[in-house]
Amino acid sequence: MKRVLLTALIALAPLGADTIVIQNANIMTEGPKGNFKGSVVVQDGKITQVGEQVLMPQGATVIEAGGQYLIPGIIDCHSHIAGDGGINEGSVSVSSMVDIKDIINPDDIAIYRALAGGVTTANILHGSANAIGGQTIVLKMRWGKSAQEMIFAGALPGIKFALGENPKRAGNPVGGRGAGTTQVARYPATRMGVEDVIREAFNDAKAYKAEWDAYDARVARGERPIPPRKDLKLQALREVLENKRYVHVHCYRADEILMMIRAAEDSGFHVRTFQHVLEGYKVAKEIAAHGAGASTFSDWWAYKIEAIDAIPFNAALMARKGVLVSFNSDDAELMRHLNSEAGKAMKYGGLNETEALAMVTINPAKQLGIDKTVGSIEAGKDADMVLYDGFPLSDLAKVQKVLIDGTVYFDRDKAIAEQATKDAEKKRLQDKERAAQQKQQPTRRPNQ
Amino acid sequence: MNKLLLTAFLLPGAWALAQVPGTMAIHNAKIVPVSGPVIAKGTVVIRNGLIDAVGDNVQVPPEAWVVDAEGMTVYPGLIDALSTVGIPGAGRGGRGGVATPAVPVVEPAPVQRSWGPEDRPQTTSWLLAADEIQADDRRIETVRSSGITTAVTFPTRGIFAGQGSIIDLISGEKGAEMVLVPAAGQYLSLGRGGFGGGGGGGFPSSLMGVIAYIRQIYLDADHYKLVKEAYGRDARGMQRPEYDRALEGVIASKRILLPANRTVEIDRMLRFAAELKQPMILYGARDAYEPAAAELLKRANASVLVSLRWPTPPVRSPDQEDTDTLRVLEERDKAPTAPAVLQQAGVKYALYSDGLDAPRDFQRAVKKAIDNGLPREDALRALTLSAAEIYGVADRVGSIEKGKIANLVLTKGDIFDDHTTIVMVFVDGKKYTPVETAPGGRGPATDEPGNPGGNQ
Repeated sequence: MKRVLLTALIALAPLGADTIVIQNANIMTEGPKGNFKGSVVVQDGKITQVGEQVLMPQGATVIEAGGQYLIPGIIDCHSHIAGDGGINEGSVSVSSMVDIKDIINPDDIAIYRALAGGVTTANILHGSANAIGGQTIVLKMRWGKSAQEMIFAGALPGIKFALGENPKRAGNPVGGRGAGTTQVARYPATRMGVEDVIREAFNDAKAYKAEWDAYDARVARGERPIPPRKDLKLQALREVLENKRYVHVHCYRADEILMMIRAAEDSGFHVRTFQHVLEGYKVAKEIAAHGAGASTFSDWWAYKIEAIDAIPFNAALMARKGVLVSFNSDDAELMRHLNSEAGKAMKYGGLNETEALAMVTINPAKQLGIDKTVGSIEAGKDADMVLYDGFPLSDLAKVQKVLIDGTVYFDRDKAIAEQATKDAEKKRLQDKERAAQQKQQPTRRPNQ
Repeated sequence: MNKLLLTAFLLPGAWALAQVPGTMAIHNAKIVPVSGPVIAKGTVVIRNGLIDAVGDNVQVPPEAWVVDAEGMTVYPGLIDALSTVGIPGAGRGGRGGVATPAVPVVEPAPVQRSWGPEDRPQTTSWLLAADEIQADDRRIETVRSSGITTAVTFPTRGIFAGQGSIIDLISGEKGAEMVLVPAAGQYLSLGRGGFGGGGGGGFPSSLMGVIAYIRQIYLDADHYKLVKEAYGRDARGMQRPEYDRALEGVIASKRILLPANRTVEIDRMLRFAAELKQPMILYGARDAYEPAAAELLKRANASVLVSLRWPTPPVRSPDQEDTDTLRVLEERDKAPTAPAVLQQAGVKYALYSDGLDAPRDFQRAVKKAIDNGLPREDALRALTLSAAEIYGVADRVGSIEKGKIANLVLTKGDIFDDHTTIVMVFVDGKKYTPVETAPGGRGPATDEPGNPGGNQ
């Protein structure tokens, strides 16, 4: 009887209804309600009800989960997809004038693939070629939308710093990319130099901030002085000093992590997250004391000397010491299965499933300062959710549907069904092109 | 009789050289003025390089040299809205780049490695094409043989390459004789000219670096103006502002040309120009066939130059697999429909040769747009009056009207048809005969501002 009633309601729903009910799902909320079997109601892109029993709104589109698993949309705290024309401005040791926001490429197929892997939000970072890199931005994987429409509204922008081998390698005249007789070596070539670059840059930034503060004060007094020169490079660092921009630091070794904490505290700014942070387990207490988060890999290391002394227990050990920990991808491929990366934290370090899943949902949301709107399935938050056909921390689980702001951006059945049409269209265009080429080749009109 | 008259007229002097009688009349021709209805049979009178009269009831002045154009059609001279013709060294480096200038080009000094925006990397914003024109560039004759009488020619090397100039393609002694408008706008490139070529590994080395650099330049220009004005008002007690020729060049430019091919690039550049508060002409526009792109352009009331260099499949060996994505295949299939789509959408646009110098290549490229839905008269307008309007010179070129410069094309057959012959070209009232086999094939292509072919 209940089912009959429901069907009647669906029939009443207007086309493109903005009310959705996902029912009979195994929900892992990552919020205070924990894990249970029940329903989620979505209205106007927001979650309005979560529970074993919900009030079915009239005209809702019903997604029957049939016992499948529903989790919050996965958040990747470190990604380099969706950019045009390079993600490193490695020509200089401080490139804080450049901004990922300027080069968002919504056509990057990696967005769709990440989406199909359950990722709904990603922190798009500048590369690690220099000590102070470019400005970063948080995107939602709204595949099919324009660059501006992908931007996570309200998320504080960030900036990328990098320590260790990468920023000093570019400055090394022997070896390293672009090195040779024609290339002028770029400072720094040592770890000492990396620290110096960061400290010097903030000395400049403080002077710049003082100059502008003085100007603003004079304007406030009613004077009309000539404003100082606007410098995009120092402006971004000024925003860091004013807590308007998060600092994400690429690092591996314990010593450089400690160096960074000292340099930041001396210079008067705060590190929001340490990225990769493979030796974080050695200095977890210090990271926690600084209040920084750590975004690491589950079991990916030894790809270079400074990434040797790593253990898969890193995430769990840091978490036990009070560090806010997440797993990131740093890679378009790894990005597609962050769910099973999180699962590894159950094997290595014995986290429970809620703690493990938090590493790719609510924890990165907190690190990016967006946990008020995403990261868990709770009433009032954005309806960013992923439906898996099996236990989501397993390798075998497949993404069935991905919702962002209550809109289904990925539907596995639909994607498979559409493939044949796309293949046919591709073949048609290939054949057309080949035919045109053959026609064109031998003939040359006599009158020309 | 007709033929006799013509021959008598053409015989003296070298074919390529112009003859300058004071008054000429093109008689009995079909006239397509572009700015008004077609005149089935009429006369165009040229006096002192200007159009003196046009109509079906115009008397041929007794002193005029007469071209009996029975069975022929007169069109306004074509305008290439973005070219490098006449610019020293521009002809080299293009695909099949045989369009070498007659005079060897001096290699530019090796670029100093740039350490940031303050080094003004790849910036020659102070250059003016008019000052660089080489009157003996062999490409001039080649391009003119396509019926192009006017070109907006640009220095194209670097991020801020310099200002383009509108020139009439006469075969003159000095470049200055050719100049219609010396400063037509600042040419910017982001990809090939920006981080792709030159620079010695310095800043900027990425697209976002180039964009940040351009943004910083305009911030600096604003500040420079403020400081200079203040210093001009009262210099006493004030430190002398340092002269910056890069900023002077940017400030002197009344509009900028920005590259955009993909829809995301069109979106990006429209926003960027608005942010910089610069009047902008967008060039490239390969994916303007996408409804989203056309809509963006319409909404921004943008001026667009569409490249006639349609995308072609890469050369593959027969056993090489075709790995292009559906998106890339679609782009190649639909790019030539872009002018028709823009026409439909009511976007202000013009076409440009993009280095397709050889008349056969140029003709074929325009024909391809027509075959892909662009009405012939719209194609003609996009290569004449629309280009003139975009650059604000419609009062002197772009149509056959009394008082305008006598830039005309006389053809046998409809222009842009497969078998059309261009009989004569008039530039500034000087008559030229197209060359059968023009020297030079292709000039350099314009900028590829993002990831060519999109992300795979």
